Amino acid sequence: MSRHTISVTVNGSAEYVDVPSNMTLLQMLREKLALTGTKNGCEAGECGACTVLLDGEPVNACMVLAVEVDGREVTTVEGLAHDGQLDVVQQAFVEEGGVQCGFCTPGMLISAHSLLDRNPHPTEEEIRQALVGNLCRCTGYTRIVRAVQKAARGRV
Amino acid sequence: MLPEFNLLTPQTLAEALDMLAESAPDAVPLAGGTNLIVDLRDRRQCPAVLVNVAELAELRGIRQENGHVVMGGGTTIAEMLNDPLIAQHAPVLQDAARIFANPLVRHRATVAGNLVYGSPAANTPPPLLVLDAEVELASQAGVRRVPLDDFLVGVRETACRPAELLTAVRWPTPAQHSAAAFRKVGLRKSDAIAVLNVAVRVTQRADGVCEQTRIALGSVAPRVIRARAAEESLLGQPLTETAIAEAARLAAEATRCISDIRGSADYRRRVTEVLVRRLLTQVAGEVK
Repeated sequence: MSRHTISVTVNGSAEYVDVPSNMTLLQMLREKLALTGTKNGCEAGECGACTVLLDGEPVNACMVLAVEVDGREVTTVEGLAHDGQLDVVQQAFVEEGGVQCGFCTPGMLISAHSLLDRNPHPTEEEIRQALVGNLCRCTGYTRIVRAVQKAARGRV
Repeated sequence: MLPEFNLLTPQTLAEALDMLAESAPDAVPLAGGTNLIVDLRDRRQCPAVLVNVAELAELRGIRQENGHVVMGGGTTIAEMLNDPLIAQHAPVLQDAARIFANPLVRHRATVAGNLVYGSPAANTPPPLLVLDAEVELASQAGVRRVPLDDFLVGVRETACRPAELLTAVRWPTPAQHSAAAFRKVGLRKSDAIAVLNVAVRVTQRADGVCEQTRIALGSVAPRVIRARAAEESLLGQPLTETAIAEAARLAAEATRCISDIRGSADYRRRVTEVLVRRLLTQVAGEVK
């Protein structure tokens, strides 16, 4: 099996990682870089617990090989807060109670963040569409949607 | 944990085709990975070599060429959804792309992957079939073009040979007086595998007489099929309620449905008839 040394920017810092060809981006983040905020859920692209930004676009880290991110930029939930300050989306989730068990939350935050970057004033339908690939099995969707709406107002 | 394999990253299409040929049939191309990685995890596929074609420039881009729209095989579903040429010439393809899995998958999944995987429930074959699409298959031996209708063979079975790569999909730019529609029935609005899906396209003369019809049905047979008897029944006549109802009946007759976790065979057959009737009625009113 082939091994590869890749260079990748994760949450703004340059990382050089030695990975086997069959390691996913999700495994690399959690096991090589100790970034355990990104969760391992279904491993089949259905639940969105492993959502990260790859060159600014939200993807399922469980279906990307680590080797594929060589030379690219990855943002995980750990990259949202700065200097101990939650970003506006995280703060809105706290204030609106958009978190129950918390397992889906990192993925929800990344997808919401990506939506608001592209569309700062989404309708409720647009928010729900953007979060279609992120499942919350506590079914706390109403508060999650409300949190994204609040974040949108907060970013203005 | 994924099984072990060697991963090769070619810089050009020619290099990729050499790599595929060298390890055929034990090498498979990797693009979006949204089917392949899951199959590897479940040991449904255990190739010795993956050839990463995701970054190849030769597989990218959507352009017009000699009265055809040509879309690189590496085009992602998200790119298809945002492309102005597709919006202008194949909005029916965007209707299918809009409800393709979820946004995370759409950023990775490619049209080539969706076709080569050979799922009878896939979203892009019905609209591409009604557009009369062909696929371009490249190998060391050269490039061949195959009509999509001949490319699709059965459940996870296509005419793609080992060491061949689907490099592009192309279809004639539809005539002005042609209209198309797509509808998918799922167990929920989004992120659902099709219980069935239907695409239709109709070209009408100014007096309303039907010159050409295409009806494609997904998830109702081992492969996405054309309902040819239904198509032919409409030729040379105006799209009246009666003619449309007869075509819808013939379309339902063309199905070979199975019952599974998502729906019964009987339900699929009945809803096929309803959807074909509704979509034909819709496009009959839309044709300019």
